[in-house]
Amino acid sequence: MVANWFAGEGDDFRLLGTRCTACACVFFPREDGFCRNPGCAGGELAEVPLSRRGRVWSYTDGRYRPPAPYVSDPELPWEPYTLIAVELEAERMVVLGQSVPGVSVADLEVGMEVEVVPGVLDEDSGTTWTTWHWRPVEVGA
Amino acid sequence: MTTEVAVLGAGMHPWGKWGRGFVEYGVAAARAALADAGVAWRDVGSIVGADTVRGGYPGYVAGATFARALGWQGARVASVYAACASGAQAIGAARTQILAGMADVVLVVGADAAPKGFFRPAGGDRPDDPDWLRFRVLGATNPAYFGLYARRRMAVHGDTLEDFAQVKVKNAAAGALNANARYRKAVTAEEVAASAVVADPLRLLDICATSDGAAALVLSSMEFARRHGAADPVRIRAVSTVTPTYPTTVLDLPDIATDSAAVVAPADGTFRSSIARAAYEEAGIGPEDISLAEVYDLSTALELQWYEDLGLCGEGEGAKLLRDGVTAPGGRVPVNTSGGLASFGEAVPAQAIAQVCEVTWQLRGTAGARQIEGARVGVTANQGLFGHGSSVVAVR
Ligand SMILES: [Zn+2]
Repeated sequence: MVANWFAGEGDDFRLLGTRCTACACVFFPREDGFCRNPGCAGGELAEVPLSRRGRVWSYTDGRYRPPAPYVSDPELPWEPYTLIAVELEAERMVVLGQSVPGVSVADLEVGMEVEVVPGVLDEDSGTTWTTWHWRPVEVGA
Repeated sequence: MTTEVAVLGAGMHPWGKWGRGFVEYGVAAARAALADAGVAWRDVGSIVGADTVRGGYPGYVAGATFARALGWQGARVASVYAACASGAQAIGAARTQILAGMADVVLVVGADAAPKGFFRPAGGDRPDDPDWLRFRVLGATNPAYFGLYARRRMAVHGDTLEDFAQVKVKNAAAGALNANARYRKAVTAEEVAASAVVADPLRLLDICATSDGAAALVLSSMEFARRHGAADPVRIRAVSTVTPTYPTTVLDLPDIATDSAAVVAPADGTFRSSIARAAYEEAGIGPEDISLAEVYDLSTALELQWYEDLGLCGEGEGAKLLRDGVTAPGGRVPVNTSGGLASFGEAVPAQAIAQVCEVTWQLRGTAGARQIEGARVGVTANQGLFGHGSSVVAVR
């Protein structure tokens, strides 16, 4: 559905952004057409993996089924998903994503450490849409 | 002052779910504004429409559509789209024409017939559209973003659910006094707390609905206003239509991520605060001069954010301002005396114009039961999807 936004398996799973080779600004979702830094005349944009871990900037959930183009089966009862906005320290940016299944807003706090893991957005008989999920880092794990 | 234009007329079609087309609402608002101004449609030199993308084709339906419905009379025409800031850009375009001497009298109209439920992007597979992507990839509705901001405020500033509910209580009380509002019933904090959670921590009554509605203004040169017998009209002194400054560091609708601030240091303040700052600078005033404000309360928590972004208080002090009654009728700076979006709901192209209608009536002293004492300077604030700032300063 979206090409090259993430890659890798297990502990090597990473979100992929792009970095301007002229000014070093990083973009996610990947910006392949142009550097958006107004002080930069523009450079080639090279793929770059983002930090695996970050801290919760904020979080919320969706108690009602979102409209299309979100894919969900209207025959099934709606299961709220949790959304986490995560601050990546090195990139100094906030990246939104769904949490891993089973994590609710009651499990979260602003400032908590989370890591990016592969996940499934939706699947039907023909297709599985993969995505990224944020998962709280197990304390002491 | 040469940068001012007169507000000769203001009008609305009542907001609600009426089941009719946006043109009908817009024409009703336009006729009300023309009657209020005492100006005949034939004497209007230019019409500017704020576009709706739902009532027809995006980008070119509004201005000429209203002109046709009012009766073709050859006026100059413009149509603008800036999402929720469309109305302010329409006012900005009208003002520019007047100040440039291209038109003496301009009619500004915004109207919409909104769909039920969540706003959603247009159909088809459009992965180059950030608005489509946030729904497809994350299921992130508008209330999801409001929930993120609200939860962030609770964590950083100590705002409570009760603070958020009190915004609704305040705005619903004002809306109950406004014949143009969709919801005209007082609401209690208990009713807010008892309503269903939509996006944690926000409940149904914390989030504004979608509505049909329309608003219109007749603007003119100060010269024309004098000749017309309006010696001391409400004047628009500033229209801010700024874009953000890279890197934006607040996760804004409809983005999946903020810009990175690792290489380029962010400017002082956020995009929202820059919207008001530009308006204040253009008007030559500061937040201490404001008598009242109409702000874009998509959610109760967001209204508190606007207090700070307008400079009515320091960062993190929005809830205290509310608790102290400063933003209530009778307070130092009443906010959303119209009832706000909490009472009106969203009719996207109309809402920034509707804010200026309310400020106009307050500055004239004709706001009836909602009237606040001695209003001299009013400010509006709004933010359009995809980086459209919107703020208008009007004075008397
Ligand atoms: Zn660059």
